[in-house]
Amino acid sequence: MSKRKIRILVAKPGLDGHDRGARIIARAFRDAGFEVVYTGLHQTPEEIVAAALQEDVDMIGMSSLAGAHLYLFQRTLDLLKEKGVEDIILTGGGIFPEEDIEKLIDMGTKAIFMPGTPLDEIIKWVRDNIEPRKGL
Amino acid sequence: MQIVKKILEGDIKTAARFIRDIDDKMPNVSNVLKKLYPHTGHAYIIGITGFPGVGKSTLVDQLIQVIREQGKSVGVISIDPTSPFSGGAILGDRIRMQRNALDDDVFIRSLATRGYFGGLTASTKGVVDVMDAMGKDFILVETVGVGQDEVDVMNVAHSTLIVLIPGMGDNIQAIKAGILEVGDIFVINKADQKGVERTVRDIQIMIEIDQSLKRGEDKDGWVPKIMRTQAIAGVGTKELFDQIIVHRDFLFGEGIDYYKKRKYLRDRLELLDMIESKILGDMINRLEKSGELDEALGKMYDDNIDPYTLCDDIIERLLHKDI
Ligand SMILES: Nc1nc2c(ncn2[C@@H]2O[C@H](COP(=O)(O)OP(=O)(O)OP(=O)(O)O)[C@@H](O)[C@H]2O)c(=O)[nH]1
Ligand SMILES: [Mg+2]
Repeated sequence: MSKRKIRILVAKPGLDGHDRGARIIARAFRDAGFEVVYTGLHQTPEEIVAAALQEDVDMIGMSSLAGAHLYLFQRTLDLLKEKGVEDIILTGGGIFPEEDIEKLIDMGTKAIFMPGTPLDEIIKWVRDNIEPRKGL
Repeated sequence: MQIVKKILEGDIKTAARFIRDIDDKMPNVSNVLKKLYPHTGHAYIIGITGFPGVGKSTLVDQLIQVIREQGKSVGVISIDPTSPFSGGAILGDRIRMQRNALDDDVFIRSLATRGYFGGLTASTKGVVDVMDAMGKDFILVETVGVGQDEVDVMNVAHSTLIVLIPGMGDNIQAIKAGILEVGDIFVINKADQKGVERTVRDIQIMIEIDQSLKRGEDKDGWVPKIMRTQAIAGVGTKELFDQIIVHRDFLFGEGIDYYKKRKYLRDRLELLDMIESKILGDMINRLEKSGELDEALGKMYDDNIDPYTLCDDIIERLLHKDI
């Protein structure tokens, strides 16, 4: 029996046009030994959750710069619940107003990484907090 | 068993999580697969292979559209390479397949090779069976972008598509390695670019040579077809799908003897493969646990025993379950 691998969906919701940050984190996760599903730009919460469900990931890393983050995170969490996969952990990265971070955490986002967070720190957080799911 | 029931009902969550178990070689997997197997055999399986970047995923996306327009359901298995350095992988084929993200009749799963050679993953056959048992009408398998001799997909698929782009027909490497011999349909994608007809001609000549070398009943087999597509614009993809159906009708119609013979050889290979990986997995597991490997190395260094003798000795004892 081989060791379970951590699977992560890196998603880039919203309308802003570049995904440099998402690509960097995807690459860093790969180099840390995780399997990273990358779905590209302009994803809606519906699309993100559908992909997370089909891909059976342990965690979603949502990269967001746009202003609609409160809606995007809440909607994603609601949909995870609706699909019966609330065990998939949601995290976020990007620029968020200080006062919104607490709101994001309160609604159920497990961690928010601000720009400038060292990649090693994010990877360590994943290793410490994400456990690959048990078998069926 | 609850898992089996759920998968047969088409439950995405259960299927997705069971696929992960297959990929991770969990102990319960073969029991579930045994129970799913009687419910397989309905899906038509299409393999899509070719060098990196030729447009396989874009083509898969277009084939999904055509299949959905006909009201049929589809499963997609997209394979990307595992980094040999970290063991991690970036699975990015989905980027090109977003249009149907919300369609419950389209189930896309990305897999990483995890050190398996041949263009597929060790789990591919099992994952195909799961999607088949879920009731998918078509299953599309996009191999890792291959270059040399990684053509295992032909053993899984009914129709194997080899995707090329203009300027690639004369790629001597591919011809030497025999990749081109496994194609049922050659797709010259990016037909908007220069050099299409030259590539078509090169492939045509290769097919003719191949045919002229065939003997006896092999002559009654399928003659590979060449199709031109511009996947990015959806040009030629409906025609490509129609050609796949022509191939399917041939296999199950006038070509049934050829198909049965081909299937027998593939099933045989698959069974052998399954036995091999099970024996290997089991023996290596026992060996690793026993500590015999280090003991043997000790004998090699301290007592000057050669590795060939040690190897024979270990195998002997593995076979007699002494390890
Ligand atoms: N000009 C042109 N570009 C195309 C066509 N089809 C696909 N492409 C482009 O080719 C690039 C690679 O396409 P993919 O579909 O990702 O290719 P792939 O074979 O799946 O690549 P790997 O999975 O990395 O091996 C993308 O930028 C596509 O937009 C086409 O018909 N014409
Ligand atoms: Mg691809």
